[in-house]
Order: sequence, then C-alpha cells, then structure tokens
Amino acid sequence: MKEQVKKDSNQQLVGKLLAIVAGMFFFAFALIPLYDVFCDITGINGKTKGKALYPASRIDLKREVTVEFLTNINRGMPWEFKSMTTSIKVHPGELNEVKFYARNRSQKDIVGQSIPSVSPGEGALYLNKTECFCFDQQRLAAGEEIEMPMKFYIDPDLPEDITILTLSYQLFNVTEAVKASVGETR
Amino acid sequence: MSDHHPTGIKRWLYTTNHKDIGTMYLWFSFVMFLVGGAMAMVIRAELYQPGLQFVQPDFFNQMTTMHGLIMVFGAVMPSMVGLANWLIPMMIGAPDMALPRMNNWSFWILPFAFTLLISSLFMEGGAPNFGWTFYAPLSTTYGPPSTDFFILGVHMMGISSIMGAINVIVTVFNMRAPGMTLMKMPLFVWTWVITAFLLIMVMPVLAGTVTMMLTDRHFGTDFFNAAGGGDPVMFQHIFWFFGHPEVYIMILPAFGVVSEIIPAFSRKKLFGYSSMVYATASIALLSFIVWAHHMFATGMPVAGELFFMIATMLIAVPTGVKVFNWVATMWRGSLTFETPMLFSIAFVILFTIGGFSGVMLAMAPVDFQYHDTYFVVAHFHYVLFPGAIFGTTAAVYYWLPKWTGKMYNEKMGQLHFWLSMIFVNLTFFPMHFSGLAGMPRRIPDYNMMFSDFNMLASIGAFGLGLSQLLFLFIVIKTIRSGKKAENKQWEGAAGLEWDQMDTPAPYHTFSTPPKVS
Amino acid sequence: MGNRRKLLASLAALLSFILSGVVSASAELNMRPGVTETSQSAYDLHMMVIWVMTGVAVVVFGLMFYSFIFHRKSKHPKPATWSHSTKLEFVWTIIPFVILTALSVPAVKLLIKMEDASKPDMTIQVTGSQWKWHYKYLNEGIQFYSNLATPRSQFDEVGKEGETKGENYLLEVDNELVIPVNKKVRLLVTADDVIHSWWVPELAVKKDAIPGFINETWTKVLEVGTYRGQCTELCGKDHGFMPVVVKVVSESDYKTWVENKNRERIVAEKAAAEAAAKSWDMSKLMALGEKTYKDKCAVCHKEDGTGTPPVFPGLKDSAIALGPVREHIEIVVNGKAGTGMQAFGSQLTDAELAAVITYERNAWGNDKGDKVQPAEIQAFKAGN
Repeated sequence: MKEQVKKDSNQQLVGKLLAIVAGMFFFAFALIPLYDVFCDITGINGKTKGKALYPASRIDLKREVTVEFLTNINRGMPWEFKSMTTSIKVHPGELNEVKFYARNRSQKDIVGQSIPSVSPGEGALYLNKTECFCFDQQRLAAGEEIEMPMKFYIDPDLPEDITILTLSYQLFNVTEAVKASVGETR
Repeated sequence: MSDHHPTGIKRWLYTTNHKDIGTMYLWFSFVMFLVGGAMAMVIRAELYQPGLQFVQPDFFNQMTTMHGLIMVFGAVMPSMVGLANWLIPMMIGAPDMALPRMNNWSFWILPFAFTLLISSLFMEGGAPNFGWTFYAPLSTTYGPPSTDFFILGVHMMGISSIMGAINVIVTVFNMRAPGMTLMKMPLFVWTWVITAFLLIMVMPVLAGTVTMMLTDRHFGTDFFNAAGGGDPVMFQHIFWFFGHPEVYIMILPAFGVVSEIIPAFSRKKLFGYSSMVYATASIALLSFIVWAHHMFATGMPVAGELFFMIATMLIAVPTGVKVFNWVATMWRGSLTFETPMLFSIAFVILFTIGGFSGVMLAMAPVDFQYHDTYFVVAHFHYVLFPGAIFGTTAAVYYWLPKWTGKMYNEKMGQLHFWLSMIFVNLTFFPMHFSGLAGMPRRIPDYNMMFSDFNMLASIGAFGLGLSQLLFLFIVIKTIRSGKKAENKQWEGAAGLEWDQMDTPAPYHTFSTPPKVS
Repeated sequence: MGNRRKLLASLAALLSFILSGVVSASAELNMRPGVTETSQSAYDLHMMVIWVMTGVAVVVFGLMFYSFIFHRKSKHPKPATWSHSTKLEFVWTIIPFVILTALSVPAVKLLIKMEDASKPDMTIQVTGSQWKWHYKYLNEGIQFYSNLATPRSQFDEVGKEGETKGENYLLEVDNELVIPVNKKVRLLVTADDVIHSWWVPELAVKKDAIPGFINETWTKVLEVGTYRGQCTELCGKDHGFMPVVVKVVSESDYKTWVENKNRERIVAEKAAAEAAAKSWDMSKLMALGEKTYKDKCAVCHKEDGTGTPPVFPGLKDSAIALGPVREHIEIVVNGKAGTGMQAFGSQLTDAELAAVITYERNAWGNDKGDKVQPAEIQAFKAGN
C-alpha cells in the first residue's frame, strides 16, 4: 500500500519534470522569434524592418545625415554587386532613391538574396525602406545585369548623436536553397 | 543475504543498484578523463615551441574541440553523477535511487554516445573541428561530415544527463528517511538538487540548439544562416543560455563536496549552513541572466553590455559568501591535513583565483582585451581543474574507505596531491601571462614572444597528466590490498553514511529507514 | 601573540611581494598599455582590478593560512562549537557588493566611451574571410587584401626542418592597414564566410566580424608605429595564420601613401592589361602557375595536389582539373558556396589565374596539355 503511494508520487514528479524538459526544448526554438521581436523593438542587431510606407511627414531641413552604402559578396556568389552611390547627405523625413547594380558573371542562372545590416544598430529603427531589392530574391541569367532601385527615408526622430548611418548589403547565393525548397513543395 | 548480488558482466549490464551504477559512472569518467587528457597532451606538445612540429592545424582544431567536449560531457559531468549515485541515497537514508531502471539506462547510453563521438576522429574529413562551442556558421555550413555524428552524440549525452537529473530530484523529494527535512540534508545533496534543476532547464536548450543545427545543415531551415534571414549571433545567444548554467552544473556539486570535507577535517560544523544553501540557489538563478558576457565582442548595444556586465559581477557576491563560509568553518577549528582536506583547501584557494579572473573578465571594457585569449583559457581551467576535478578527487579520497572498506595509502595520496598542486599551477598560471601578452586561444602556432610561457605550460601539463596516473594506481592498490578501514574512518566526519552504516557500505543499505536526529 | 602577528605580517608581505613582482616585472607578463586613450584606460582599469583582487586575496588567504598554522589539531585540539553568525554573514555579503559597485563605476564610464563611434574622420571597411583580411577605404577608393607574409616553410616543420623564424613570425602581412595618427578612424567590420574577430591589443579594439552583419568600432591612435594583432575567433583551419597589422603614420605620410596606392593601382591595371593581351607559352604559364599555386592553393590542396578530402578535395586526377576548362575557370574565379573554396577572381591578376589553372591541369601527372591564356580569363570575367 505504502509502496504504491510512493510509486504514484514518483510518477507524478517525473511527469512534471519531463514537462519542464519538453517546455525548455521548445523554449530554445521560441528564443528565435523572441529574439527577432526583441531586435525589432530595440534594433540591437542592426537588422532593418520590412517594407515601410512613406508618411509624407515633416522634413527636418536643419539636420543633415550622411548615409553610406556598402556592398559585400558572400563566398561563392559569382556576381558583381555595387552601390552606384557610395554616400549621400539627406535630411531626415525626405524620401530618397539610390541605385544598386548587379551582374551575373557566371555561366549559370543564379538566385541572389541581399541581406541588409545597419550600423549603428540603433539606427536600423529609423531607416525606413519603402522599396528595396532586398525584399525579394533576384534571379539573373548568365551574364545578365540589373539596376536595382532602393527608396528610403530617415525617421526625423533619429537620435541627435547619430550623424552617419551605414547601410550594408551582403549578397548571398541562394540558388541551391531555392532549388531545394521548390523540390520539397513538389 | 543482504549482500547477495549477481556476478560477472551481467551484474554490470543489468544492475539497478545505485552503488554499482555510481561505480560505473566514476570509472567511465576516469577513462574519459584520460582520453581527453591524452588530447590535451597532443595540444601541449604542439604548443611546446613555435612552429608546427607534430600535427597540422586542422587536426589541432579537432584536438581542442574533442578535448573540450570529452572533458565537459565525458569526464566532469559523469563524475559528478557518479558521486550523486553513490552518496545521495546514503546521505538521505534511502534504500536506493527512486528510479533504478532509468538509472541503469542513463549510464549505459554514455559509452555509446562517446564511442560515436570519438569514432568521428577516424571518419573522412576528421572529427568536429569548430571548438566545443561549435559556433555557426563554422559548424553548420562549413562543418565537416562528422558534425552529424557529433549532433547525435550530444543528443544522447543530453538524454543521459536529463535522466540522471530527474532521478536525483525524485530521489531527494520522495525518498528521504523520516526526519530528514530539507534543511537537514547534507550540503552535497543540496548542491546536487540545484544542479539537477539546472540540468533539466538547460540540457533541453542544448538539444534544441543542435537540432536547429541539424535542420540548418540538411533540411533547408535558416535558423543561423544569414542568407535566409537567420542570425549567426542568435546561435551564440542560445548556446550560452545553455553554456553558462552548464559552467555551474560542473562546479556546484564540487562546492557540495568541499562543504562536507572541510568541516570533517576542521572537526567543526559547517559555518552558515543556510546561507550556503541560499548562496548556491542564487548562483544558479543568476546563471540564467549572464550568458551574453561571453559575447561582448559580437557588437551588442551598450545597454546590453552594461546589463550583462553588472549581472555577471553580481555572481561574485554569493560566491564570495561561500568562500568566506569555508574560511570561517576552518577558523578556530581543529585542523588536520589528510589528502581529501588538502585537495579541498587547494580547491578553495585555486577556485578563488579563478573567481578573481572571472570578475576581471566580467568587466566589458577590459574584457575586449581578455576575450578569446589564453587569459580566458587560464580562467576556466582554474575553475575546472582545481575546481571541479580537485573536488571529485577529494571526494574519492574521502569516501573511498566507506565505498571499498579499504584505506588508501596516505603518503601516496599526499604525494599525488602535491604533484597535482604544483603541476596544475605550472600548467595554467603562465597562461594568464601569455593571454595578457596577446596570445589568442585555439591557435596551433604562435610568435616567439609567447614561447617561454607556453613551454612552462607544456612542461606542467605533461607532469599533471602523469601524476593523474598515480591516482589510478593508488585507487587500484587500495581496492586490491588496502588496509581495512574503520566504520567511521575520519574523526570529524558526520552524516548517516558515517554514523549509521557499516564499512564497507553493504550492497543494499537502509532497507529500513535510519533514525535521523 | 607578538610572534603570530609578525608571522602573519611577513606572510602577507611575502604574498604581496610575489604578486606585485609578477604583475609589474615586465611588459611580457602583463597587458600592454597601448597607444590609444581607450587602451590606456582599459589598462588602468585592469591594473586597478588586479590590485583590488590582490588585496582581497591577501585578506582571505591570510586568514586561511593563519588557521592552517594556529588552528591545527596539534596547537588547537578543542574546536570551537559555533557555526553561525547572522551578523558576520551579512557583513561578508555587503563587502563584496560594495567592492564590485566601486569597480563597476569606472567600467561603465569607459564602456560608454568605447562604444561611441560618432563623428569619425574617416571610415574603413574591414572584411574577414578564411584566412585573410580585406580593407576598403570608403573615402579614398582604396582596397586590398592583407595576407600572412610569413612563408609556410618557416612554420611547417612536420617531418622536416623549418627555416629560421623572423622577428615578426606569424604577425606580419603583405599589405598593412595604414591609418593616420590622431584621427578618429571608424571601422566597419564584417565577414564573408564564417565569424572572425579583428583584434589589435595596443588599440584595445576587438570586434567580431559576422557574415551578413556589420559591426562598428573605432580607434584614434596617439603614436606613430606598427601594431600587431591576430584573429581571435576560431574560423577554421588557418585561424592561427591571419594576423592583423596596423601601420600608423603621420598625416602627411598618409597622404603620400594614398597617392602612391592610387598610382600603383593604375600601373598594375595597365600591366595586367598588357599581360592579358599577350599570348603566353607553356613554360611561362607553368612557372607562374607553380608559384601562385604554392602561395595560394597549397594551403588546402597540398603541394602535390592530393588535398585533404573530403573537406579540401584533391586536384590530382580530379574531375575539375581534367574536365572542361570553362568550369575550372569558373570555380577558381568565383569560388564555391558553402565550402572553403574562395573566389580568387578579385585576389589574383588575370595572368596569375590563367597560369594557376594551366598548372593545375598539367601538374602531378594531370596531362590535359591545354593552356589557359590571361585573355580567356579576362573574357570570362567580362561575361563572354
């Protein structure tokens, strides 16, 4: 009788502990979206937000912010990729357009994905893009070239101490990944 | 009759006896300690002088990776579980662990997990070579084919640890003898319960991390891959969310061990028992909010750096309380210095030195100078070797008479201590200097300005490795031909295992619960 | 009692003597103060913590050793019976707390200063890749790779005698990062494969280079000189062989350097164009190819072309080296995603590329017999 009570309470406790284990396993996965949300709010990792709408808000003509454009090519991406403007001075609130150039130097069709990153990371919260090639993937045939526009505005609430914003794009070759996911959906 | 048990290989394969399983855990961890140690010897041989004399950089990286993984998951953690198995039922007056069959299973997973891991050395492309911290994308996109075996191995070790931890918690909560209230439990039991909770909280996170690695590698997910919108820094956050509590998982049971041994040889009760329990619990709680101090150089915003810096420095407060309590326990005691006491004292001193460098590393603005240099290597070896491993060694000397009924040779024990003490400092103290002088960790070759300290460290390491063979010899000699031990071998020892149990501890103990005063 | 005190005092003196001797004996033993304001503040903070910790160590270890000597069983056979004191325990919770708070004040101040990269005089992009650094001066239009300059023959001693090592063994590069003194230089750090970390101890700058993200840091060097550091994040096989060298020069020297660099580039472009226009014979291609191969390719693919499969495949009898030329050019020029194979298109001249490909197709018993001309590489890069 007493043994049975002991066994039951053991099983109950084991059950609870296993629930913690399962919970923590999923917590690890939950950390990914949690971190993304956290970064969206604080801008800590310099990731920019998705597509923004231009609110035609006030333009702060008194302030000038330098915006620099960097391009990087990740290992194994046979494209030429550059910004046609290295840096511009803008007033917070005004809508600006810059152009990027890409050319597939290889003999194959390649799909590219640009990943934006802003420094200082905090600045990512105030750099809003209304149109950007980084929202989509680009497929270029062998030797094909493309000019890609990017429209953005700086939120006038940008903290005073930020005078330079750097927007960097790193271009990745995602041809294989695209192929794999297409294969899966079939 | 009560000592009846099966013999031969079946005894060990099918056993559900906590003492047999504890013994197997301890032997297994010692074997892994020698294997991981042999890898450390390869590393130190290569670093003995500038130039590549013995191994190529890629193999060197495999050695540092495997040394770390084997020591953390194969040597230190199982040795602590082995002590828990042997001691917890004896200390709380239970007949055995609460879940004996699970206990058997959790041990027998380990040999397979490590066979799998070590076999990767012989695979095409070699063993994992990305460090025991396996940062993405080096371990995902760029990992060798054996990475998948590593992932499976980590899963198996994780399952084993989780089962071990569940067993400890259930045993302590449900199997205490009448009268053994929580606040009467020996501190070793307390530290292990807290460790067990840490284990079930963070081992699943590690399992999640390696699962994400696996799907990133083979199933097209992009958790840590920037090209698909993932973030390699995210990997480090999740890894260290596991990794920092893991550090305390390795050290807390050793805190418990010295909290048993120091009072015994001071012939005085442990000072501040309840504050010891609270300090241990607060260290465990704080360990969940400090993980990013491993990542100051990754480009966190200032606010994050400040938070993790302050939180980390706070850990020094409860740790300090523990050290002061140990000192106060010895104060006006009646001290003798047998081998377990010597190892425990060395633990307190050298662990404190590791704590000092820990405070230095916590301070973000100077951490930029220490981070990923040999200073860090010195720091964590100071808390792990003279910390966790001296703790286990002290425990083995202290309880060996109770376990085997035989007494070790005290002179040889002291020789083992002094050799270990000298060589551990000769190995790891110079690493502080090479780190401060600017030597990064995990490099197979270095400029001549780091030569002297590396040579010293290598000499120390060879000595340290050899003196651990003496330990093996002493233990075997004790088992085979040690003098008969007393029921209460140590004058100042206290606790159920000394006061109410024969020596050697019978195969089955406390079939009827003991009386706890 | 007097004796005890004397002993204690001499013990404490001895301990502090050893510790202070150790920390101040020589620069080799300790962190270097460095040549920037932040590095000097970091050094001061470091020394302050060391002294505070030494003080704590003297007190704690002093008490312990006092116990070892005077409370041993032979001298103190009757142990005390107390085991608790709320007052004491409270005191030694508060003391560390106070010490740590005092230490954190200067740390917080310094940290905030270090993270303020605003209002720079110039900006340089630093990109880490396996296993070299690339520097791009955003305002001057200069960019170059910075490779380890120590020859392999100096360090590879497995089964053979190594050559004499130079003074800056493993800490020297072919192209240093050149910056002007007393200017705030902003560094944008990133990587194009795995995570690296850019560290120069004398500058107290250490920043991780993370693929897909840029990290910002800065330095303002106060003294002209050459400062050496290394990659500090494990980044694969040759992590130990990608040093960072920063050469700090006066402002006028810097201007001259920029002019020279730009002139050099024009000269090099012209030379490359001339080389590409010529038709090269086999022996010349093979000679340049062998040199380039040993320099850039042998690290992974081995001098005898056998590689270390499967991570670094062999080239001897391989499908690439014996297959269509076009694919061979493609992989050398553009690299291969997800592997250690880099894009050499921008790191080597067209002549070097043509030569090394020719070499790979005709060395170690590979016998394609075909030549690749610089012009073909040029055409390939142009997308024809």
